[in-house]
Amino acid sequence: MSLYDVDNPAPVIEAPRKRTGKTPKTTRTNFELYGWLFMRLSGIVLVVLVLGHLLIQLMLDGGVSKIGFAFVAGRWASPFWQAWDLIMLWLAMLHGANGLRTVINDYAQRDNTRFWLKMLLYTATVFTVLLGTLVIFTFDPNIR
Amino acid sequence: MSSPTLEKHSAALDAAENTASENITVTFRIRRFNPEVSEEATWQDFQLELDPKERVLDGLHKIKWDQDGTLTFRRSCAHGICGSDAMRINGKNRLACKTLIKDINPEKPITVEAIKGLTVLKDLVVDMEPFFQAYRDVMPFLVTKGNEPTRERRQSAEDRERFDDTTKCILCAACTSSCPVFWNDGQYFGPAAIVNAHRFIFDSRDEAGEQRLEILNDKDGVWRCRTTFNCTDACPRGIEVTKAIQEVKRALITRRF
Repeated sequence: MSLYDVDNPAPVIEAPRKRTGKTPKTTRTNFELYGWLFMRLSGIVLVVLVLGHLLIQLMLDGGVSKIGFAFVAGRWASPFWQAWDLIMLWLAMLHGANGLRTVINDYAQRDNTRFWLKMLLYTATVFTVLLGTLVIFTFDPNIR
Repeated sequence: MSSPTLEKHSAALDAAENTASENITVTFRIRRFNPEVSEEATWQDFQLELDPKERVLDGLHKIKWDQDGTLTFRRSCAHGICGSDAMRINGKNRLACKTLIKDINPEKPITVEAIKGLTVLKDLVVDMEPFFQAYRDVMPFLVTKGNEPTRERRQSAEDRERFDDTTKCILCAACTSSCPVFWNDGQYFGPAAIVNAHRFIFDSRDEAGEQRLEILNDKDGVWRCRTTFNCTDACPRGIEVTKAIQEVKRALITRRF
């Protein structure tokens, strides 16, 4: 359909809720509900994890200058800090990715742009999460 | 006729009459769009004499009747009930028939444009169909099972109070067309549809609350709300729209867990 025709000299803008072949099907899942809830719950946990992380890394015991290979190796010898970092990595990445997914949904104008931006986001998220997890679990303090 | 109250009253009336003639010159800057003339919308200024106690709608009438008959806008009751004349006045969604000139700083030009997010047909008239489609989608009617009772369906005052706020909606679209999510993606149901779903979801007599919640649980349902409160600010009826949306979200969560 062309943008203008004789009966419609104004630009023809498809009515947003008109049912067409491209209209998304109703999903009938609880995905958005769980997503919304996840943002709230992970947010609360992240406040503790991230602020604790920043406090330990940047403030206590001589601040940022103490951080080195030995410092990281020492921390990751303990399963507690492994778990802390692992949970923080997963929650922060999923929280941030879901937030960006929302931003893309809200701001991307064209379907194509939206799709590719989200693909880029998902790829980056999966890559970072997997790489981080791999490092936390296979970290070798004796590496040369 | 010499009772003190009456005299005071007439004194007040005199005062009102004295100020009644204090017309001021107001500039209306109106976003004009006529697809038969140009595909571009343009701003046009109109100067008119108005009493500051008059409404924006009176100004629009004066322009249409005395200056430019082609100015196109919707209005029906002109008293804030029918919801026809929602428009963007000085950048905020309001009803032209409830906005007094003195309340919006008449010293500067008053900008009037069509509400956003819906296709403009001409001047201040937009295509309301997508808005009403979203409204229809949430089944805005009483759904009950079984035989009709022989008298009215009773309800306690508390049960009525539960959804009192959302019964006030006049479907003017001021809220939906102030919502940034709706501007960008018209598939979002929009605040007005959710308000009208809320009105039945929390009605103790209604039995289709589950269905409506299921509809609003959809990808384009309540979860797209970003709680920017634009809708609450825009509502000419003072409905706490964002609160109603949050209550629907809470109902969805508590239903699930």
